Amino acid sequence: MKRIVVFVLIALLACQFLFAGGKAESAGGEKEIVIGVFEPQTGENGGGGFQEVLGIRYANKVYPTVTVGGETYKVRLVEADNKSDKTEAVTAAQSLISSGASVIIGSYGSGVSIAAGDIFLDNQVPAIGASCTNPQVTFGNDYYFRVCFLDPFQGTVMANYAWQEGAKKAAVITQLGDDYSSGLGNFFKRAFLQLGGNVVSEQQFQTNTTDFKSILTNIKAANPDVIFAPSSIATAPLIIKQARELGITAKIMAGDTWENSSIIENAGASAEGVVLSTFFDDADPATEEAAKFITGFKSYLVENKQPDIIPAVSALGYDAYLVALEAIKAANSTKGPAIRDALVDVSVEGVTGKIVFDENGDADKDLAFIKVVKDGQFKFLKTVSVL
Amino acid sequence: MSITTFLQHCLTGISLGGAYGLIAIGYTLVYGILRLINFAHGDIFMMAGYFMIFALASFPWPIAIVITLVITTVMGVVIERLAYKPLRSSPRMSIMISAIGVSYLLQNLATYLFTAIPRGYPEIPLLKRIFRIGELSASLVTLMTPVLTIILVALLILLVNKTKTGMAMRAASKDFETAKLMGININRVITVTFAIGSLLAGIGSILYFTDRMSVTPFSGTLPGLKCFVAAVFGGIGNIPGAVIGGFFIGIVETLLVALGYSTFSDAFTFLLLIVMLLVKPTGLFGEKTVEKV
Repeated sequence: MKRIVVFVLIALLACQFLFAGGKAESAGGEKEIVIGVFEPQTGENGGGGFQEVLGIRYANKVYPTVTVGGETYKVRLVEADNKSDKTEAVTAAQSLISSGASVIIGSYGSGVSIAAGDIFLDNQVPAIGASCTNPQVTFGNDYYFRVCFLDPFQGTVMANYAWQEGAKKAAVITQLGDDYSSGLGNFFKRAFLQLGGNVVSEQQFQTNTTDFKSILTNIKAANPDVIFAPSSIATAPLIIKQARELGITAKIMAGDTWENSSIIENAGASAEGVVLSTFFDDADPATEEAAKFITGFKSYLVENKQPDIIPAVSALGYDAYLVALEAIKAANSTKGPAIRDALVDVSVEGVTGKIVFDENGDADKDLAFIKVVKDGQFKFLKTVSVL
Repeated sequence: MSITTFLQHCLTGISLGGAYGLIAIGYTLVYGILRLINFAHGDIFMMAGYFMIFALASFPWPIAIVITLVITTVMGVVIERLAYKPLRSSPRMSIMISAIGVSYLLQNLATYLFTAIPRGYPEIPLLKRIFRIGELSASLVTLMTPVLTIILVALLILLVNKTKTGMAMRAASKDFETAKLMGININRVITVTFAIGSLLAGIGSILYFTDRMSVTPFSGTLPGLKCFVAAVFGGIGNIPGAVIGGFFIGIVETLLVALGYSTFSDAFTFLLLIVMLLVKPTGLFGEKTVEKV
């Protein structure tokens, strides 16, 4: 009896090896290509990362297959959680590589993308960033592309906006060791100084800080016209509320991360008047794909128990997936280097506009949407293009 | 730095310190009796935040506060029963590892149930009323936190020194085995200890989050660690010491940030821990340990 059990177990184990062998061959005999989703789903950026993942999952639902060499491949998403942490990011990236991903999408948060960039490069697997805006992500890395605009552009846009609104004195709050926050803060500062403005106070805070009263008290003493505070979704409502509580009346501004309904929900009436720049406006679909996406994705959000306001990062996640599929199709291959070469020349009508890559692998985008919080909602204010 | 700015910083620091003090008591009480560092304490504090969010969604605030405190207290006691009691006779290391396990369990449970997106902490209008004294401005909760902390600590010290339960607690902390032999119901003492610790963490949570308005599954980690340092600084096992440690850390941290050294504000707390352990391991007011033969 015992011997039979052992025999059966060995046979089962052997079967497992059989199935594990064929990478592109799934159990049903259907061909399969893997797209890796490299996003934070927990940790500081877990909330925003999840919204980006939803956009990618939805895109996979809409376009579940791709044709390579005349054969239909099923696209399988493999998700790895980089936990908003640079060390974890490396582990997550490696696990995606070993799962046989042909293309990687992600990540939300520039720091983790920079940390994992070399792994994608060394393994020759192209990565497409959705919303990582720091220039360092794609710079000098032939295998990293991105579908959003960059921080130097975003910082300039916000500085110009502040200047046009008559602000002369600005305060900047950034997060220590966060490439997105400190990068964007610096670009804003540079642009604002060039315009002739004055940065009266520069404050920094640690990751996971919840008490901003001391830095805000310092800012209050400097009496600025605007406060520029690029930071994570978790931080935003705290800064906004505590600033208002201390009696600071200056206009508060930030970058793309702040376009998230949870900020308004958490900051309540204090969020009124907050200004931010973003990638996408669902009231004004830029392309045909966008119109289709807006209606379809809203009901998908409701299915997933999320508020039916489309976050810009979801739209970018969707676009990154479209770009990946297009490149696979154009390369007519499931191999990383071939897809990478195809990405260079790819052109896609995405949800956030037309996407073509420049020599750095950055999407050629020169349009930002400025939104303001009014009556508890993000209201479109104007589009700004610089250069 | 002008005088008003300085006073504003002090107010922030004292208020933060008060909340730290309340949480630090939880560490100190449990350590005093079980010689256990309850690593899950910071996460109990975080869970209390979530309980309050849900309680306030369906009840008026006075009832919601009571519900939150009751659930938090029960949770603390249940954790002790399930995760620590079965290990009481095992080596001390096992029970500490169990505490770390509970901490991760609570964090991941919260991530699973409530997602990692920060939840807004509901406002209690009365506590949020803003007072302005000249240029200073502070909400009622900021002013109330240190006062309430001191009152609660005074009550706790009375309880420990004047009541029968308190006497039992002191006996258990002096000598666990002998206390048992003298007929003290040790299980009851431990339950009461965890109940008080969790209750204070619950109160601390309400004060802390009303001022800082957003809860994530990881909200408890850093305050928890800092309060542990506060407890060690004041001499772990010593109640007034923990509160003084809490106030000290809160104020110094705030002033460091105010002076522009936010890079070092967290580092300072842990540097303090290292220095304290090297120079005076028993803490400021800690009892001298005598090796028994």
